[in-house]
Amino acid sequence: MDNTFNNIPIEKFQFAKKNDIYHDKKLETKPVSYFQGAFRRFSKNKGSVVGGIVIAILVLFAILAPFFTPFKPAYYDMVYSYVTPKNNLFVNSGLDFWDGCRDKETNFVTFLKDYALSVETGREVIKHGEYTVNAEGNYVYRYDTYYGVGFGKYKTISQEEFNDIQRYQNETGRQVLYPVVKLKDRPTLEKNKYDANIYYVTENPKASVIVPKLDENGMVIPNYWKYEAGDTSSLIPEYNSLRIEGENGITEDGKQYFYAYGRKVDGGIEVRAEYYEYYIYQHNEVLKDGIKEPTFWFGTTQTGKDIFACLAYGARFSFVFATVVAIANFIVGVIWGSISGYFGGKIDLFMERISEVLSAIPTMIVITLLKYHMGASSQTLVLFIAFFLTGWIGMAATTRMQFYRFKNQEYILAARTLGARDARIMFKHILPNGLGTIVTRIALVIPAMIYSETSLSYLGIINLEAGNTTSVGTLIAAGQQSITANAGYVALFPCMFLVLLMLSFNLFGNGLRDAFNPSLRGTED
Amino acid sequence: MYMFKYVMKRLGLMICTFFIIFTMVYVLIKLLPIPTNVLPGQDPEIVMRTLEGRGWITNIREGANGVWEYDRVPILLQYGTYLKRIVTSGDFGIATTYGEYLNMNIWKVFINHLPPTILINIYSTIIGVPIGLGLGILAALKKNKWQDQVINVVIILLISVPNIVLALMLQYVFCFKLGWFPLTMSTSDDYFTWEVFRSMIPAVFALCLGSIAGYARSTRAELSEVLTGEFMLLARTKGLTKRQAVLRHAMRNSMVVIFPAILGEFVGVLSGSLIIEKMFAINGVGGLYLNSIIFQDYDFFMLLSAFYTLIGLTAGIVIDISYGFIDPRIRMGAK
Repeated sequence: MDNTFNNIPIEKFQFAKKNDIYHDKKLETKPVSYFQGAFRRFSKNKGSVVGGIVIAILVLFAILAPFFTPFKPAYYDMVYSYVTPKNNLFVNSGLDFWDGCRDKETNFVTFLKDYALSVETGREVIKHGEYTVNAEGNYVYRYDTYYGVGFGKYKTISQEEFNDIQRYQNETGRQVLYPVVKLKDRPTLEKNKYDANIYYVTENPKASVIVPKLDENGMVIPNYWKYEAGDTSSLIPEYNSLRIEGENGITEDGKQYFYAYGRKVDGGIEVRAEYYEYYIYQHNEVLKDGIKEPTFWFGTTQTGKDIFACLAYGARFSFVFATVVAIANFIVGVIWGSISGYFGGKIDLFMERISEVLSAIPTMIVITLLKYHMGASSQTLVLFIAFFLTGWIGMAATTRMQFYRFKNQEYILAARTLGARDARIMFKHILPNGLGTIVTRIALVIPAMIYSETSLSYLGIINLEAGNTTSVGTLIAAGQQSITANAGYVALFPCMFLVLLMLSFNLFGNGLRDAFNPSLRGTED
Repeated sequence: MYMFKYVMKRLGLMICTFFIIFTMVYVLIKLLPIPTNVLPGQDPEIVMRTLEGRGWITNIREGANGVWEYDRVPILLQYGTYLKRIVTSGDFGIATTYGEYLNMNIWKVFINHLPPTILINIYSTIIGVPIGLGLGILAALKKNKWQDQVINVVIILLISVPNIVLALMLQYVFCFKLGWFPLTMSTSDDYFTWEVFRSMIPAVFALCLGSIAGYARSTRAELSEVLTGEFMLLARTKGLTKRQAVLRHAMRNSMVVIFPAILGEFVGVLSGSLIIEKMFAINGVGGLYLNSIIFQDYDFFMLLSAFYTLIGLTAGIVIDISYGFIDPRIRMGAK
């Protein structure tokens, strides 16, 4: 404003007319309620908004992810243990990332075995067939953990399944069964004898470590069980399905030979089934559980559990559980705290002593006692009761403080003078004012609860696996055991989930606390 | 005199609370079935007689087909015997189902497992307190400069990243990938050799990182508030250097909040962290506790529960009382 007049010019003045009535102007700005102001302050805090978004993403993950994976927490397949994360988008991208492979540095013999496997099945056990030899003479390559499983052990299946696989092979043209090796041609040690990956002639069948014998071209020599056309041994089952490449033409000394695709044993037929194809057959034709092929987005644990599914269901459980407990705690805590805070005096003293004794019992002891008494059947219920039993105390204390803060203010006196009842004053006049602080408390309690549940599962005190779900803590425990197996990814994903969750809830909670802090009201403008 | 009365009152209340909890836990434990399972190669009569000797059952008789029958002693009677044994002969019972320590004196086993737990926590306090305070002081003195911001980010990260993940990361990086330390703590009994100490380091760090962040945060908050106080201006005006003013006046005043926290943490950490003890396979009380749960060894569980409850209660009291001692202006419990 221009204040530089020495004397105010006369034109600036006007005579007021007699009939003029000047009222105060009505406020044109909109009133800002407590919650609107809080929301405005909250959205100015970048960190908290990001935290809120991350929480939303994690919650979405927990809700939606179980729908996108056919795997369940109860699923496991010991053959595919410690297979690395694989996503079909990345497999052919040329990047050595998220492709189900891992870096392998090994000696020549192991390399040769992987190589022999890829020759027989035509799969890239060694990614792109590329390898380098380093200074120590070791072979370094990307090893495909899915195809590297190869055949696993010799598998004994029933005659019906054998026939069904043949039907499946004929219909789809996919090779599941491969020729077997005759029992007396196999290596002698038990662990090698039933190793279906050894299909070649070996240097020393009695050795513990099998070394393939090489021909003059440096190739392994197949050691399949051959039988003459027309000569049906009683040990060889009938087979009229896909045969491996170049087989029908085997003629030696003018006789035509066939390979045996199975060996009759007690209880069925012993076959060499390539596990990748067998898995697809098994899940698509027999179990029909929606699993199309073995692709584990986050890899598998030592017991062959799908980490993605476990994490998704575990996260879902954590969120649902924490929310339910928080709501229960909120209801009981608010009622308890408002009675204790509003009436004060002897009632307050008595109620405080009860919650004091309850809160002095370590949660661990409560859980253990509950677990002893309720058996192993209902772990979720044990968790719920344990968290509820001591959880509401904090909420009650917060509510009580809020009631102490407001109950002696003048507007309460005014309300009482006008004849409002206790219940009305408590829940209409005091509680809404304290709600901000109480809500903030919930935002801080939820991650704490998830963390407690995670730690209890990690320690093995609570085992949710029985209830057909799982916990992030169980996964972390599995991850810790996998450290020595050089499978860091097992722990990586659950840890990442937990860290993101805690970090974002902390940011979010701090933002809420500041936003609901009445002393900051109006400071932002 | 006033303080003495207050301390006595708090101690009395604490003992009451402890006794109530102890009794509750005992009764709840005793409501469970008595573990009369006989291990292979064990004489069932000896098992029965042992339980009778512990005062749990009475009137043992061999039934028709070799099944032993007995009557349960009323719980309050058992409780009396139990308390009498503890008070008169310090006898907390023997392990009845805990395989490794079967028929051993629980108290002795417990005492044997205390040193690793206590050592780890003492080391962690020795390392954590100076670092935490130092970071906090630095952040407060350089408030809103880049040092403060860096420290703040570190604090938020350390507080937010759960202990379980932090410990796992330390174990993975330093013990497995780099191989600087053994994966788990050495089981040797010579706690003061370099080898054992080295194997403790990852666990100690995993334990103290969280408290470092806590100390740094509260030191920063408290000190930066004290630094704006008027008496600081007075201190500078009367000719003290900044260092003198901070160390002699500001630090002492900010200690009112920080010191009790350190004391409380020191008492609290005696109970250790079950997670850290499990992760680094520390042969401490935490492992005993977890196993007593798994084996359902009730006497063991009682002793360890009492231990943890006592430590929790003591920590609370120590914090409250130390406020009064460190700052005479605070009169705890005054009307």
